[in-house]
Amino acid sequence: MINDASVLKQPTYYEEVERKGYSRRDFMKFVSMITAFMGLEKSAIGQVAKALETKPRIPVIWLHFQECTCCSESFIRSSHPIVADILLDKISLDYTETLMAASGTQAEEALKNTMTKYKGQYILCVEGSVPLAADGVYCMIGGKTSIQILEEAAEGAAAIIAWGSCASNGCVQSAKPNPTKATPIHKLVSGKPVIKVPGCPPIGEVMAGVIVHYLAFGKIPELDRLGRPKAFYSKRVHDSCYRRPFYDAGLFVETFDDENAKKGYCLYKVGCKGPSTYNACGVMKWNNGTSYPIQSGHPCIGCSEENYWDNGRMYERASAFPGFGIEANADTLGKIALGATAVAIAGHAIATNIGKHTTIHNLEEEGKESEHELNV
Amino acid sequence: MSKKLHIQKLRRVYVWELPVRMYHWLNVLVLIALVVTGFYMSNPLAILSKKEAVNSYTMGWFRYIHFAAAYLFFFNFLFRLYWGFTGNKYANWKQFIPISRRFLKEMWIVFKIDILMMKGKNGKSEHLSVGHNAMAGFIYFLTFIVFLIQCLTGFGLYAPMASWWFPKLFAWVPAVFGGDILTRVIHHWAMWFFILFAIVHVYLVFYHDYIEGRGEISSMGGGWKFIEDDVFEKNKHTTPNPESAK
Repeated sequence: MINDASVLKQPTYYEEVERKGYSRRDFMKFVSMITAFMGLEKSAIGQVAKALETKPRIPVIWLHFQECTCCSESFIRSSHPIVADILLDKISLDYTETLMAASGTQAEEALKNTMTKYKGQYILCVEGSVPLAADGVYCMIGGKTSIQILEEAAEGAAAIIAWGSCASNGCVQSAKPNPTKATPIHKLVSGKPVIKVPGCPPIGEVMAGVIVHYLAFGKIPELDRLGRPKAFYSKRVHDSCYRRPFYDAGLFVETFDDENAKKGYCLYKVGCKGPSTYNACGVMKWNNGTSYPIQSGHPCIGCSEENYWDNGRMYERASAFPGFGIEANADTLGKIALGATAVAIAGHAIATNIGKHTTIHNLEEEGKESEHELNV
Repeated sequence: MSKKLHIQKLRRVYVWELPVRMYHWLNVLVLIALVVTGFYMSNPLAILSKKEAVNSYTMGWFRYIHFAAAYLFFFNFLFRLYWGFTGNKYANWKQFIPISRRFLKEMWIVFKIDILMMKGKNGKSEHLSVGHNAMAGFIYFLTFIVFLIQCLTGFGLYAPMASWWFPKLFAWVPAVFGGDILTRVIHHWAMWFFILFAIVHVYLVFYHDYIEGRGEISSMGGGWKFIEDDVFEKNKHTTPNPESAK
């Protein structure tokens, strides 16, 4: 996939690492860490190290559309400084609105250069969703709508990474009624591999892992049915949760200030979406492995799942049922239906006794007659 | 009473074969287990316990029963589909799918007499139904569709934690709905269908027994229904599936 000949002028990652003043030991520590995060076996460490030593860096264009930049923030805070220093700094220098030094015409020029010079070789990272309503005027950069920019940039991309929930499934902008018609990337480009890295934001190490996988092996990581890298999204937060024993035991936090909350019981009943959320939070954690929402006493809100804004309330397990009242839940509606059924049955039973009186009466008479005639 | 009392002679008809009855009662048990454990799993009771978590497994057991019951439910359902092709004519798949004009016409008659309380032919306030009436058959067809929805969404949600290949066949289902959250919601909504269905179903069984006196309730026990001898004689030769009179 990567045409080495034409990107040879670029320095390799290791050269960049050395130039930045990191030791060989730092470099190997980074390689071991990221290989472990990617879920690869120990023998892959050598492969990854060799790839970073010998392969020239791949140009990256990092576009920002309807987003909050939390994905970038997460990425530059990933646990190893090399991630931020080399991968982001060097990788995305070509073009990224929030971090590049250039601006205005210069920046647009840089983008254009990368697109033409490295056609078919660069990775396109997209952060944010693309608004399609009103011809896309809700998000414009340099006089172009985001859909125009995306289509131009996607054309020459080797692969596309959709960073975060916005780019993967629309996130909050696409929540009902979705006024700007915010659309995730995979619905807008065709013919290119799209790697979805959902989460609001995704874990920095996950982001680094996806990029390093592509750099080291020259192909995109194995994806699941929803287009997410299997290494990070094949398990539910629930499956790696340290509070899982409380769940299995049936011990739950009822309210955030009760005794059970202090004991660290399972947060299922206060709305934890861990059982339906596929992410690596319980394993990798956040902020250099310090903690993650459940560990700090807050239920998982399912931020890496599609439509998590519309699929139910954050602090309840009950599933919201839009269109009835403000938000009725399925069980409330079920109980109403149950009541209505009971009333209908009572009505029908009364109507039967009135309307079919003769039939019932005849049956009774017939039965009584037989009873009279019998000796036993 | 204006009319002269007419004492009926009843003729016994074997309607529900043993496999159908077994399917029915296994389904009852399994559905009760699924609904009860399902409710618990969606909103577990507040348990105050002095025991360490390691010594109790409440949620675990509820889930275990739910999954075990789900397997029984699924294979029971498959068996019933099979029996729709090999069982007697009252168990046949044609009893469930409204494809013929006759089927639709009978549904209309059932609607008029049982729901609108209208009088039928010759001023009669009941209709002849030896097996399912057409309306019931159609409703059962809908339940089969909901069975299918529950199996798909249920095994779909179960697939990621399964180690057997069979539930993994359903892994594509949550992907269709964009994830587990919506799949779970559909699974939960569809459960209410069973509750409402069961109530109406039990009521109607009592209703038919009450106004027809043909042993509707006991038929799911012994398999027999009873029809009046004159009705039997009248319908004997015009029955569309004559091979049943073996």
